[in-house]
Amino acid sequence: MIELYINGTKYMIDVDPMTPLLWVIREQVGLTGTKFGCGIAQCGACTVHVNGKSVRSCITPVKAAVGNNVTTIEGITSADGEPHPIQKAWLTEQVPQCGYCQSGQMMTAVELLNQISSPTDSDIDTAMSGVICRCGTYGRIRKGIKTAALAMRSNAEVPDDG
Amino acid sequence: MAKWSRRAFITAGVIASGAVVFGVAIRRGNPVDKVVSLAVGDDETLINVWLKIATDNSITVIVPHAEMGQGVHTTLAMMLADELDADWDTVQMLEAPAHEEYANYALKRGYSTGDIEFPAFLVDSVNGYFLNAAKESGTQITGGSTSVRYTGELAMRVAGASTKAVLLQAAADKWNVNRDSLRAEKSYIVHDASGRRARFADFSVEAANLSQPPAPVLKSHDQFTIMGTSVPRIDIPAKIDGSAKYGIDVVLPDMKYAAIKAAPVFGSKVADIDETSVQEMPGIHRIVNLDSAVAIVADGYWQAQQAMEQLDVKWTLSGNESIEQSDIAQQLAGALDAANANDAFEVDLEAGDVKGAFDAASKVVNAEYRVPYLAHATMEPMNCTAWIHEGRCELWLGTQNPLGFTLRIGKAIGMNPADVILHNQYLGGGFGRRSVSDFAEQAARIAVDVPYPVKLIWSREEDIRHDHYRQASISRFSAAVNAAGQPTAWQNQFVNKRVPAEAPHIPYAIDNQLIQFTNSGVHVPWGFWRSVDHSLHTFFTESFIDELAVAAGSDPLEFRRELLVDKPGFMSVLERVAEESEWGTPLPENCGRGIAICRCFGTTVAQVVEVEIDNGTIRVKRVVCVVDASFTIHPDGMRAQMESGIIYGLTAALYGDISIHQGAVMQSNFHDYQILRMSDAPKIETHIINGGGRFGGAGEAGTPAIAPALTNAIFNASGLRIRELPIKHVDFSQQGPEMQGVT
Ligand code: FES
Ligand code: FES
Repeated sequence: MIELYINGTKYMIDVDPMTPLLWVIREQVGLTGTKFGCGIAQCGACTVHVNGKSVRSCITPVKAAVGNNVTTIEGITSADGEPHPIQKAWLTEQVPQCGYCQSGQMMTAVELLNQISSPTDSDIDTAMSGVICRCGTYGRIRKGIKTAALAMRSNAEVPDDG
Repeated sequence: MAKWSRRAFITAGVIASGAVVFGVAIRRGNPVDKVVSLAVGDDETLINVWLKIATDNSITVIVPHAEMGQGVHTTLAMMLADELDADWDTVQMLEAPAHEEYANYALKRGYSTGDIEFPAFLVDSVNGYFLNAAKESGTQITGGSTSVRYTGELAMRVAGASTKAVLLQAAADKWNVNRDSLRAEKSYIVHDASGRRARFADFSVEAANLSQPPAPVLKSHDQFTIMGTSVPRIDIPAKIDGSAKYGIDVVLPDMKYAAIKAAPVFGSKVADIDETSVQEMPGIHRIVNLDSAVAIVADGYWQAQQAMEQLDVKWTLSGNESIEQSDIAQQLAGALDAANANDAFEVDLEAGDVKGAFDAASKVVNAEYRVPYLAHATMEPMNCTAWIHEGRCELWLGTQNPLGFTLRIGKAIGMNPADVILHNQYLGGGFGRRSVSDFAEQAARIAVDVPYPVKLIWSREEDIRHDHYRQASISRFSAAVNAAGQPTAWQNQFVNKRVPAEAPHIPYAIDNQLIQFTNSGVHVPWGFWRSVDHSLHTFFTESFIDELAVAAGSDPLEFRRELLVDKPGFMSVLERVAEESEWGTPLPENCGRGIAICRCFGTTVAQVVEVEIDNGTIRVKRVVCVVDASFTIHPDGMRAQMESGIIYGLTAALYGDISIHQGAVMQSNFHDYQILRMSDAPKIETHIINGGGRFGGAGEAGTPAIAPALTNAIFNASGLRIRELPIKHVDFSQQGPEMQGVT
């Protein structure tokens, strides 16, 4: 049995420890927002966070996630159901087309904004160029990241009442 | 996204042919109408097959097209809702099921009337069954930019307008007033004289008993209230939280997973499978011989995939094993040579006196262009979940042609197509690929062998190696030029004409033209690829016209302008792109601008590319795009489609290359079939013109012009004329005017 923590929930899973995390998340855990695109770490569709860092779940054996916190697209909404600023910005900018790559795009963008609160165009290029969008939504992703960054900064500036 | 239950349509044959399109009412309680009790909820009246009005006055629109990310669900719903004067905020959308009553009547009409703008390529589908005006040939295709142009114009708007007409009539009868004294507004009927207002739902039962006008008066463009606005797309909320369900996401009880490997060489078959090669591996349930492919069914996809890598399969020889890409190139060039030598070309277009013009020419310009095979590489690899039970075959997948798939699958497994039930899901990209049913037939055949549902997923390697490809082609040109540099004759010979028929034709005022082609069969499967033949011919013709401009010593935009003065539809787009791109203003060193223009599926697009060549690497900095689709229903959606089409075409122009080695595709995944990424994506500015007339398409029109606009820009920057794609094979370190053409 393998013990996994995904989006704050504990799962006990009976699976070959070499199985890629992607297929465990999709098939055993049943969270299908994380996508299969290439299987060889080329496209980023399968991006999830392990302890807050982006990993390609298609090439990460599930055993590497044991004892760590895994976050998927289903887990970026806050506990009270408030969408993540990235999700709000994706709606504002009407980013997705087919939408298939967008879980990977958003997970990568969330990590970027956690590290750099005001990313430049070149920060965005560096962070995002690992995630392919076949529908060509790159311009809107760039805008979405900037919109979310702005929102997150102004949220952060709101003085804490407590 | 809610769906119709298919049961509702099993007996839908009672709907008269044509009724679907014109939205003739199905009346509740009509005993001969078996559909109604199944299709209509207790609190709803089925006004017609295109929309429902519920008792709470909410409106459900049924959209007969798959959502691939082009926003078609939203756009078509808008068209109907606008004509109906519905309250957009209460409009919901259902996707139509695969059923022959939904066979895309509009497509058939286009075909049977010989409508010149009809995408004729849909007539001859990849799998060789012909679309005709007869019902049994049914198709329900999302492709060829037909959604808005045909379904929207001929069905959605008419259904909305005729339903509004009967609602107004029903209200007039009830209130005992003249129908013309009433108007509809946001799902209410309003009588201005008395100030009376009531909901649509208050009249829907009576309205359903009235016969609807088959050809109601539609709004003029200036009367639109919903069309022309950028309402938020219906499909987006589910696509930002992981909840959108694509074919690959379907989960069924006891479902197993299948991996597949097809014969690497097109035309080969399974000769032998050594099952002992995987017998030690865990979780394997079944190995299925699919003639030209082998599938392994396992508890999990990874187990199936691991076993597939181990499985020892022998393939028959097809005779194609020694074919190299260079052989295909030679064959295509040889076909052109032979047709030339034997005067065996077929004439595509002939006008004026070409020979006379060449005899009188003061100069002749020649060029040859080549393009490679291209794969679609949709982001979601091909997949299909199939389950055969209770005498039916149920399938869950994303398809651009639900009805065509049911026919093909029925044939593949020997089942009546009426028992093939298709649940269409969101498509993780289509681009034409999901109009071919190969993967779904495979899933259905696997399901024949097992009692549980099976989800077949192609690896990316299978997806790249077993696509139906955009064709490789060669096109040769000669132009006669007079002393003033003006072209007096245009001669073009190319190999393998596909569709649409008009793709090789030019808009330019050149009196004498001879366009010819010859066909030369190859063993590489062909398929519809975003914009189909426009994707090659626009590169050919817009490159050559640029070469003629250069030969004349003219500015490429000015040269086109002179040849388009009599075409106002092209001129307005050209003038606008000149203005928006600041054409003619100086650029920094090593930078260049290029232009291309095309008309594709009823939409005219011009693009200006700014490129920088720095130390042998090229950077596409900016693309200015002007689009005239006559009227743009959803401006933000149009911009998104232009951005998408440009990136798709740019990926192909820069990197796209499927090549054959020993009869098989060499490329396999994104490391060797490269896709444009964020860091290389240019800034794209789209400007929309509403030039009036019949609506044009959006999904394909952004793609064709970008390759020639880019290569023309590269010429402008460097003097290097690229005549063969993709650009990645060009050595920019040897730039200079002496390097004419790349082979
Ligand atoms: S599926 Fe993991 S990077 Fe493509
Ligand atoms: S939105 Fe379709 S691949 Fe990115």
